[in-house]
Order: sequence, then structure tokens, then C-alpha cells
Amino acid sequence: MTGSGTDVFLSELGRALPGIGRGLLVTLEATALGAALALLVAFALGLASRSRAVVVRGAARVTVEFLRGTSLYVQLFWLFFALPMLGFRLEPMACGVLAFGLNYGAYGAEVVRGSIAAVPAAQTEAAIALGMGPGLRLRRVVLPQAYVLMVPPFKNLLIQLLKATPLLSLVTIADLTFAIDQLRSQTGATASAYLLLLLLYFGVAALLGAGMDALERTAKERLGQEGRNA
Amino acid sequence: MPTETDHGPEKVRFDRVTKRFGEQTVLDGLDLTVAPGERVTLIGPSGSGKTTILRLLMTLERVTDGVVHLDGEPYSHMPSGRAGGKLVPADERYLAPRRRRVGMVFQQFNLFPHLSVLANVTEAPRHVLSLDADEAAARARDLLGLVGLADKEDAHPTRLSGGQQQRVAIARALAMRPELLLLDEVTSALDPELVAEVLDVLRDVAAGTDITMLCVTHEMGFARDISHRILMFDEGRVLESDAPERLLDDPEHERTRAFLRTIR
Repeated sequence: MTGSGTDVFLSELGRALPGIGRGLLVTLEATALGAALALLVAFALGLASRSRAVVVRGAARVTVEFLRGTSLYVQLFWLFFALPMLGFRLEPMACGVLAFGLNYGAYGAEVVRGSIAAVPAAQTEAAIALGMGPGLRLRRVVLPQAYVLMVPPFKNLLIQLLKATPLLSLVTIADLTFAIDQLRSQTGATASAYLLLLLLYFGVAALLGAGMDALERTAKERLGQEGRNA
Repeated sequence: MPTETDHGPEKVRFDRVTKRFGEQTVLDGLDLTVAPGERVTLIGPSGSGKTTILRLLMTLERVTDGVVHLDGEPYSHMPSGRAGGKLVPADERYLAPRRRRVGMVFQQFNLFPHLSVLANVTEAPRHVLSLDADEAAARARDLLGLVGLADKEDAHPTRLSGGQQQRVAIARALAMRPELLLLDEVTSALDPELVAEVLDVLRDVAAGTDITMLCVTHEMGFARDISHRILMFDEGRVLESDAPERLLDDPEHERTRAFLRTIR
């Protein structure tokens, strides 16, 4: 890149900053809302897939497999382009959040199911021996122990969800990728603009990852799995 | 030496109970009655069904055939409600209030690793019996004192020795004030030097309460001290049943003699 090219890029960057900031907020919003919905879906489908009722369990399994087995890209397009043809028009952001929530929620359901299954049966037996019913056992004994197992895979899913948000720019949403792409087309500085985009995603991913690591540490401390020197 | 309890109403009765795991028959038409306040120790070779008896009483397993009674009413089963008085397997709602009369201490302690020692003991009284926090804590502190761990209430279970963990588990079971306490090889997972502290606590519990106790153990000295009666099990049936001194010192059956020789 020439000296003058860098100058043009930097001055354009200065002017584009508010737009990039708005785009970043949109990306963060979509990530946060998508993750919140994904968490709900993950617990609902994860718990349902452990149900004793074969109908509930079967429905949960089929839903999880369907959502995992169809591309996020296609799901988003279906919500955005096909659903209106059936008479349901959603805001673009709602389409994005719904697609992220359902798709990553299905992956999360496997995390929830697996983590609950990994809590030793002896813990449930101890709870039964103390007269605890099924709801109490799950809430007070199994989930607090399963939680620590869920955090690391949830961290992966959260970062993957963040990295899927550029799809939003395909359904008319001005997210971070959209804003940087504007800058690129205004300056022609493709390499610089996309490098900046990489760094911004990396920065957000690093912050989210650090937050999840902190959650994992506190969860482990509560289980006495960390800093043990006895 | 404990005296023979009165044969009042029954606490526990197994009525022709069979338990099979797949092809393997663990209990074979077992009849067994335990009186209120009676302390009974089950001995016998591994696989003879002793632990299964405790697990059936704790509702951790279901009978294959026959009926388990608690306090003179069906426990593994419940009246179907229809005329004819047929019994059907008990559901969760039927079991919940009855199971609360029964407590169990496990071989592997099974403390809750996400809770402090005190919270392990207060958890069920608070959330099952709906005691308020102060009341549950007071009850728990009394019991932690009884098991000699008053100074460990804030400790994390994983930082305790096996013997200490098992004593917390005993306090946790007693906090529910069970009428029937099941002890499933409670010292088998402990290092030899930690066995005595756990057995001493249980001797105190036996001496200080009238809880009915069913105990599976290989500690014959302990069995002799606390039991009113010892049952020798073999192949899913009671081979013989007698007062400790008779059964341990002068057993009737050769198989009992052979078993006692192997564990001495």
C-alpha cells in the first residue's frame, strides 16, 4: 500500500468510525440475543431429550437433528425470504436471532444432555435417599454439577455464533461486516479493511472467551476442582 | 450387648421378593421381617443380594416380583384404587412421603461436591422438609457435633478425608430424622486407619437412638456390637438368622463358617 493510500484509508476510517461502532453494536446485539435464545432452546431440547415420555424425547431428538442437519445459512434465508410468502413477516434482526437461537440451541441441547448424563448416577441416588423428588434432584443436585461441564462447550458455541453473525449482512442488516465492507468499497483498501475486520472479530471473541473462562473458574472453584492442595 | 427388641409391629417386611438383573437372580423369593427399633446386620458373600435389599428399601431399584412393606403398608407397590384391591407398582407420588422415613449411607459417601459440609446437611431438611434456614442450620450443627466435625462446617467435601466425608454423610442422613437407616458397606471404601472413627460414630448413633437399622458390613466386631440380629445371606436367600454371638461364634451352617473364615 502506498503512503497516500494509507492516508486515504485512515481519513476515511475516521469518518467511518461511527458507522463501524453502530455495526459492532448490531453484531454484539445479535450475538447476545441469539445466545440468550440458544440457551433457552438448549435447555428446553436438552431436558426434553432426557424425558421419560417417549413422545417428548422423540420430538426433541428429531428437532435437534433437523436443526443441526440443515445449514444455518439456509435457515436464515428461509426465515427471511420464505416465511413472508406464508404470511409471516419478521424483522430482519428477528430472523437472525431466531436462526442463531434455533441452530446453536440445537448444538447446545447436545451439550446440556451430555453434561447431565455425565453427572454420576450416585449423586441422584444420594438425592433420592434424602427424599428429593425429580424436580428438586435436577435443580439442586444435577444441574449445578452439570453446569461446570457445560461452560467450556458453550464457550465454543458462543464464539461460533459470533462468527456466524456476518450472515446478517445478507439479510439487509448493517452489522460490523457490513460497515467495514462499506469502508472497503469507499477506499478500495481491501487488505486493510478486511484485516481490521479480522482484528475486530478476534477482539470480541477474545473478550467473550475470557468472560466464559471466568465463569468456568468460579464454577470449578465451587465444585472444589481448582486450587486443591490437600 | 443389645437386648432383643420386642416383636411389636413390623417396620419392614419383604414378602416373597424376587429381584432379577437380566438373567441373574439376586433375590429369590425372599421373606424378611424387621421390627421397629431393631438393628439387623446382613452378611454373606458378595453378590448374595445384601446391598440389593438396601437399594430396594431406598427405592433405588424395583422388585421383579413380590412386595416390600414399610410400617405395615405396601411400599414397593400401592393399592390400585380399583375394587379387588390389586397392588400396582408404586408411583413417585405414593413413594415421596414414605421414602422420607428411610435414609441411607453409601459406600462411596456421595456427598454433594457443589455444596459446603453444612449445606450438604441442610439441603434436604430445607428443601424437602421446608425447614427455615436457621432451623436447618441448627439441626445440622448439632449433628456435625455428634459426628465430631463441628469445626468443618464451611469446608468443602473434597478437602476432607474419606472418614470425615463418611461422617458428614451420616450427619446428612440423620438430618432427615429417618425411622429406618440403611448402611451400605459404609467403611469398605476407607483406608483401614479411618474405619474406626466412622464405626465409633455409628455405635453412638445406635446407642443414642431407636432408629431401625439395616446394615451391610464386613466389620464383624461392629456387627456384633450394634446388632440385635445377624442374617447370613447366600444366593439370594437367608441361610441363617440369629443373635450375633450365636451366629458369629457358633453358626449352624458350614457355609456360614466358611464365609466367616474368609473375612477374618
